[in-house]
Amino acid sequence: MSALQEILRRGEFAVTAEVGPPKGVNREVIEKKCDGLRGFVDAVNITDNQTAIVRLSSFASCLIAKDKGIEPVMQMVCRDRNRIALQSDFLGACAWGVENFLCLSGDHQSMGNHPQSKNVFDVDSIQLLQILKNMRDEKVFQNGEPLKGEIKAFLGAGASPFADPLEFRVIRLAKKISAGAQFIQTQAVFDLEIFSRFMEEVRKAGLDKKAAILAGVIPVKSLSALRYMQNEVPGVVVPDSLVERMKKAKDPKEEGVRICVETIEQLKKIEGVRGVHIMAISWESIVPEIVKEANLYPRPERS
Amino acid sequence: MIIAERKPIKEIFSFLVPGEKVLVLGCGTCVTVCMSGGEKEARELSSLLHLKGWEAEDSTIERQCEPEFNLKAKEEITHADTIISLACGVGVQTLAEYFPEKKIFPGLNTTFMGMPKEQGLWEERCWGCGNCTVHLFGYICPVTRCAKSLLNGPCGGSKSGKCEIKPDRDCAWQLIYDRLKKENKLEVLYAIQPPRDWSTSHYGGQRKMIREDVRL
Repeated sequence: MSALQEILRRGEFAVTAEVGPPKGVNREVIEKKCDGLRGFVDAVNITDNQTAIVRLSSFASCLIAKDKGIEPVMQMVCRDRNRIALQSDFLGACAWGVENFLCLSGDHQSMGNHPQSKNVFDVDSIQLLQILKNMRDEKVFQNGEPLKGEIKAFLGAGASPFADPLEFRVIRLAKKISAGAQFIQTQAVFDLEIFSRFMEEVRKAGLDKKAAILAGVIPVKSLSALRYMQNEVPGVVVPDSLVERMKKAKDPKEEGVRICVETIEQLKKIEGVRGVHIMAISWESIVPEIVKEANLYPRPERS
Repeated sequence: MIIAERKPIKEIFSFLVPGEKVLVLGCGTCVTVCMSGGEKEARELSSLLHLKGWEAEDSTIERQCEPEFNLKAKEEITHADTIISLACGVGVQTLAEYFPEKKIFPGLNTTFMGMPKEQGLWEERCWGCGNCTVHLFGYICPVTRCAKSLLNGPCGGSKSGKCEIKPDRDCAWQLIYDRLKKENKLEVLYAIQPPRDWSTSHYGGQRKMIREDVRL
């Protein structure tokens, strides 16, 4: 069982952090990020060519993280690989001892740096969850053929509580969980009111008992970063009150950290939230401070 | 119908050699209706070529995608040195298959199978995947109309009914949701759609349809 799964099973409040691989081959970039995070998070979640920008692969980065003694969550998006490649990489990662997988559809390639490319989307994230679950539990490939060996995999999915159509979001989450998601990582929460309503619906549907929900948070460094989140990032809702608060801040970085810590404190109080996922994009070094300030340090030991 | 748009005029000029006899061959079906390759457009292009110094003529046949209509225009086709076909990609290939000795260039870019939504606006509706399931999705095809062909609901990029990749494109899943909600059929969306069999689509290689009952 992965450390993340064990911590969640024990009912401890989990902390994960996002790690973006570099646009190149320097493994030191990942090593440095991992060194800074070790002891402050239960796992690092390594992106798979996020925003459709080519980077060192999630698979390889996960192995580097393991080398540095930190547990990885391997992200797998459906944009770039068909069911053959996804299943093959899953087997490969399992053989190397990666135990956590996050299944995502993936940002459309038109958002990235190779907008002329073809996409794949042979399967979607829900179908991918189902495929990986069946590989683990039924020992069969998607086509029904048997596979050999024991697979230990803790499967996760994303959830987007703030994207439209809002009423569909709980239905989609239910589908992800019934397809095999054991943990859920949400889009970044800035608007606690909408998120609380979403969680209320989640609890009504009993979904919080079926999967561990980790709420996403993003610390922002500046007013312009917060405005960008508000206006440009689909599926993110930033209340105007936060923008006003940032506008008045003397030290925007400090204010960004404070907002993030306060958000985590509020999230801890919401029934059904089992942890946080900190997405400090290009600012991974701030994670230890946030974890300490939010009284989430030290992290629980593995039993 | 098949929607196509005319290639940039500079690209069409780049196909031609000075002094050649050019035939602009229009098509009387889909591309006439979408106003890109019918009789009117063929005439306009040949007039333009004429003005630019080419010996250009135009003719429009009923359906360039069918051999017999091409063969009916044999005389005009053989008379020309170069033919600019204003048919869809099917029409150009049919023409070239039956007149292999001719220099033929496509004058249109074939874009999609769709419908005229408003005057001057056409929208894609079908991908020809070979396994139609629109009835499961409120008659809005997610394979074609969702940028990621998602079958189990919207991605996180749906905002105010629009798709994140192009703000003037509707989110197919918002449309599906709205329609099924109106019809009280939202329960349809709870079912997990399994991975599709894409072998019926282009991914299974070039497709053929054989009808033994009508073969000669």
